[in-house]
Amino acid sequence: MSRIVVGPFNRVEGDLEVTLELDAGRIASAQVNSPLFRGFEQTLVGRAPLDALAIVPRICGICSVAQSAAAAEALAGAMGIVPTVNGKISRKLITATENLADHLTHFYLFFMPDFARPAYAGRAWHESAVRRFTAVKGDAAAEVLPARAGFLRLMGFLAGRWPHTLAIQPGGSTRAITAGERIRLLAQLREFRSFLEKRLFGDALASVAQLASKEALLAWSDGRLGDFPAFLSAATDLGLDKTGGAYDAFLSYGAYDLFPAGTWQAGQAAVFDPVAIDEDTSSAWLVSGQPRHPAQGETVVDANKPDAYTWCKAPRYAGQPFEVGALARQIIACHPLALDLVQRDGASVMARVVARLLELALVLPAMEAWVQALQPGEPFCAHGTMPDDATGSGLVEAARGSLGHWLSIKRGRIERYQIIAPTTWNFSPRDASNQPGPLEKALVGLPAGEGAPPTVQHVVRSFDPCMVCTVH
Amino acid sequence: MKVLWLQSGGCGGCTQSMLCSEPRSLFDELRDAGIEFLWHPALSVDSGEEALTLLEDCAEGRLAFDALCIEGAMLRGPNGTGKFHLMAGSGRPLTEWVERLARHAKWVFAIGSCTAYGGFSANTPGNPLEACGLQFDEQTPGGLLGTDFQSAAGLPVINIAGCPTHPGWVVDTLEKVALEGMVATDLDEYGRPLLYAGQLVHHGCARNEYYEFKASAEKQSDLGCLMENLGCKGTQAHADCNLRPWNGSGSCLRGGFACIACTEPGFESPGHAFQETPKLAGIPIGLPTDMPKAWFVALAALSKSATPKRVRNNSVVDHPVVLPAIRKKGGGK
Repeated sequence: MSRIVVGPFNRVEGDLEVTLELDAGRIASAQVNSPLFRGFEQTLVGRAPLDALAIVPRICGICSVAQSAAAAEALAGAMGIVPTVNGKISRKLITATENLADHLTHFYLFFMPDFARPAYAGRAWHESAVRRFTAVKGDAAAEVLPARAGFLRLMGFLAGRWPHTLAIQPGGSTRAITAGERIRLLAQLREFRSFLEKRLFGDALASVAQLASKEALLAWSDGRLGDFPAFLSAATDLGLDKTGGAYDAFLSYGAYDLFPAGTWQAGQAAVFDPVAIDEDTSSAWLVSGQPRHPAQGETVVDANKPDAYTWCKAPRYAGQPFEVGALARQIIACHPLALDLVQRDGASVMARVVARLLELALVLPAMEAWVQALQPGEPFCAHGTMPDDATGSGLVEAARGSLGHWLSIKRGRIERYQIIAPTTWNFSPRDASNQPGPLEKALVGLPAGEGAPPTVQHVVRSFDPCMVCTVH
Repeated sequence: MKVLWLQSGGCGGCTQSMLCSEPRSLFDELRDAGIEFLWHPALSVDSGEEALTLLEDCAEGRLAFDALCIEGAMLRGPNGTGKFHLMAGSGRPLTEWVERLARHAKWVFAIGSCTAYGGFSANTPGNPLEACGLQFDEQTPGGLLGTDFQSAAGLPVINIAGCPTHPGWVVDTLEKVALEGMVATDLDEYGRPLLYAGQLVHHGCARNEYYEFKASAEKQSDLGCLMENLGCKGTQAHADCNLRPWNGSGSCLRGGFACIACTEPGFESPGHAFQETPKLAGIPIGLPTDMPKAWFVALAALSKSATPKRVRNNSVVDHPVVLPAIRKKGGGK
């Protein structure tokens, strides 16, 4: 047995270290360490409740809007108000814009450059991967940045700016869209659709959305020009369609009124029960105790705790580790392609990437319909008053999975604020009963160490981790 | 110009923002200006050992680089150990890496308000993270590198403050330095480049007509001026947000919400709720920069009394209910 420490694990959002125990060139066990502590839950305590809207986006530069939306939902619950119809649509558009932009950023800038590594020289697809996906210098990077910036122009209209907007309010949005701006929004969506269809998929979004099995996917992809087909041929060649599974237990809070909340475990779908969530601090540099539901959660630093190895808590659902993200959302939404991939081979690097790109094909047309449903002239924001004592929770889906905020207000101030971010689920450490988190489980058995192929790199990045959120 | 970029106690949002640089692809824009990333945590391919070797070579002066860009607050805690952020794979505090690397940098840039002044990381009561900026601790000079620090080019840390930074602030500053360098008079007293901090957020604000007439918004989503009631600090905040649009056509004010002065040291602790304007005897405490209180009071009273109906009615709704009148030209026909 030997032990190696891999870090800095870059092209993830934030800082990540992975400690691997190796046995004959294979990973026998893994520990995932988030080496940065941010302390936002403490920052929020004692503030005016609505200050959360200015503070929580700054937890994360890549899921900034998801943080805003979770806070706005929790505060709306505390105030006992619901957003206006326009406000709801606006919030869906803003969160979908961030989530789809994140999927794009992840695929092109964080994930694909690993296929251009010299370790893959000689593979049939390698030369074209080098030309297209080399970090910073590949020709895809030059095309994807303007497409991303153009798509994020939606934020200029809907949210003032991205990241870190204060437009999302408990009652909806501060920004009423005019009739003329609706036309601009549609044009911007068409521009993005054009990029996706021409460059990413090499086909119409509708054709991608209706792919219903792995077999259909690979037949569709065969010989097709496009970055997604290029990924599929490299991924199947490297066996990434059968690599990187964790527990095959999935959780989603539901997104955009389009994808439902639920869980899926051992082939069984079930209703999601928010009471079944708790967080364990056994392996974190935080004071230990019984696992707590986040509505009663505590975050107290214990920097010298023996046997701890991360700043990340271990969230569990009914005591079990669960995987969150686009794949979880699409399985729980019963998309036939996602279901077939997981039922056939288990979760994998390929299934996670496919689910993310599938969401681009599914959500963009929905966004076009939402823009058309906006009613200029009708209110974008409902108003209410904040009670002196209240509680609330906001459960939303960020690009990389389920994000929850739980807050309580006492005497007009925030008394408690607890956050469980998507990567806190996926990259959680061992809990009191020594169950590894999903990534820790997914790494076991993979080749690593001197001379090993970069498989670990693909598996880690397939979760699209956001470490700055994890260690909020 | 070779740029080495590291992240610490921050959200990575300044990088995410920078990737929105327009109209050209950021990578093409920088390459043609002779700027390249020697290593960037979100963008470079090198990971683990290969990245650590590169950073160690830079820190030991074996590998030359020009600019050190740091994104995120410096976390010195707990008890000065820096353990709140040990750089992955190295087991060493990120603060130590920054101190070592800064000695070899020609230019040092603080990317974002966290890095410049501490930001939200330094905001928890009692500052348990012991967070600070590179050369400031909120408004107080010092920070991690100390008041006397100068990079090899003879300048203190260049503070590209903002939460997040506008892509143009970072790109223009880097390109100016690469092209012609920078001198002390290019910066203001908080180390911010005047190329964007020489303006106020108020300049070019689309709500200017409401401001002129003190026609104020009363609730979120109203079209009126956000200064009197909703916490807007655009008349005091140094940045060109309304002259240099965000994401094509946006800004905080265009988004309908208050400027919270995110380019200013200490913005995260305003001493009042972010979305409310503190007042004394009905007059906002934070008056426009450069404006004596008596003038403001006199002007406000005068302009309120002269507010056109259109401006007054539109200021408290989320879409215009009165349109500008069309004045018919007289004469000839």
